[in-house]
Amino acid sequence: MSPSPMRRELDDTTGAAGAASATTTRPAIGAPSSGDVGFTVNRERQTVTVDNRTTLLDWLREQAGLTGAKKGCNEGACGACTVLVDGERTNACLTLVVQCAGREIVTVEGLAGPGGRLHPVQQAFIDHDAFQCGYCTPGQVISAVACIAEGHATDEATVREWMSGNLCRCSAYPQIAAAVLDAAARMRRA
Amino acid sequence: MREFTYAAPERPALALAALARAGAAPIAGGTELLNWMRLGIAEPAELVDVGRIGGWDRIALEDGMLHIGALATLNAVEAHEDVRRYAAALSQACLKAASAQVRNRATLGGNVLQKTRCEYFRAEAPLPWPCNKRDPGSGCAARHGVNERHAILGWTDACVATQPSDPAVALACLDAEADVIGPDGPRSIAMTEFHLSQAQAAELSPGRAAQLETRLAPGELIAGYRIPLREGERSAYVKVRERESFEYALVAAAAAVRLEGGVVREARLALGSVAQKPWRLDAAEAVLAGAPLTREIARSAIRAALADARPLAMNAYKIEMGANAALRALLAAGGQA
Repeated sequence: MSPSPMRRELDDTTGAAGAASATTTRPAIGAPSSGDVGFTVNRERQTVTVDNRTTLLDWLREQAGLTGAKKGCNEGACGACTVLVDGERTNACLTLVVQCAGREIVTVEGLAGPGGRLHPVQQAFIDHDAFQCGYCTPGQVISAVACIAEGHATDEATVREWMSGNLCRCSAYPQIAAAVLDAAARMRRA
Repeated sequence: MREFTYAAPERPALALAALARAGAAPIAGGTELLNWMRLGIAEPAELVDVGRIGGWDRIALEDGMLHIGALATLNAVEAHEDVRRYAAALSQACLKAASAQVRNRATLGGNVLQKTRCEYFRAEAPLPWPCNKRDPGSGCAARHGVNERHAILGWTDACVATQPSDPAVALACLDAEADVIGPDGPRSIAMTEFHLSQAQAAELSPGRAAQLETRLAPGELIAGYRIPLREGERSAYVKVRERESFEYALVAAAAAVRLEGGVVREARLALGSVAQKPWRLDAAEAVLAGAPLTREIARSAIRAALADARPLAMNAYKIEMGANAALRALLAAGGQA
């Protein structure tokens, strides 16, 4: 049973409706403790000036308007901030922007194809009702994309183990695991 | 978090020069350091990102040894076919550590330098309780507090913390050596000696023992590890924890064994999370050498080796649990899992 269109619109946690747009920079705070960094976010090249203390998570949310990644724990223990850095799933809260020079960042907002065509993982999460409050969902979706690319979406137990870095307090784990396995199957058939 | 300058030298000599500056600290994956900085455990004025040093992520077999660069991530170490084949305990230890996301950033060089999970230590400054690691001389809240996750070996009244790293246990079991560079030149440190128990630290630094956790000197960097390969040896890692994944160990064990016709030629056993260093069960290893590998002989040898364990008020369970983990690891390594 798929969720109603109304819910899909309200609960845009799969990033389906989000366009990839990263914006601007912040004035330098003081030369020694800040720096210029060039990297790519959702296929858009960025050159920004940041205080060295800025995490990728805070920059994405507060400077780039990419609020898909969530601050669940800010210590790398929940996975709600999971993004891809050079294709590898990473906790954005444990990554400094200054360490991202030359890297390619992908967030949940960057998954959909041209015209908003949903990524198979996004579609599978909707089809399997793989979220309740939706807070962990962007991190789950990104983590699942990487999990599948790593070749770890083989069976339920393996998916549960390799998705264990993404906590869900609503306990949608069975649906999430089903969505990951289904998306992997669809992508193999594609 | 205080402000800091940031540099990313691409050559070891430049990194060492940067680290010689006051207030400088190295960062690689940053999966520990950033949290230290958030809690007030560390407040570097300068971060020296060693992650751009070329060639330090190499994993290769050479001269009868498995070489693993300090910048190899835990995921890379786990998945490498030579690590899986020749150092299975290390591969398994990496796999059971942290989460996939953390393992994509955490490096083998940084992982062994992580600090205890003691809740009194890990609190955000200012601490409302004593902690000799955070404030030397203030006391140890865990000594007579909530200490069910703390040490049963090597502790002192000044500190009862454990070292939580999984890879460190495997490295100690496999007799790995850390190749270190520093202002006084290169040297090697045996991984059985890399970490210090509180008792060892007290001998080296009576005044600030709780703050001395490894033999790595200020300004030094681990460049990589060498693991000797022993023909016919198999190893395994067992991690006991309340959750099935993404949690630190209650106790852990690494075992390596070389069998000939069911008889142990050589066995090595190390326990994790029972002390502030991986704890080799030397006495058990001596009993096992030359004996048939049976559950009864192994259990007896392991329990005897833990006879000098000193539990705290809440962690006596670690003695039996640790013994069981060591037995399971040994039997798994010996093909009797």
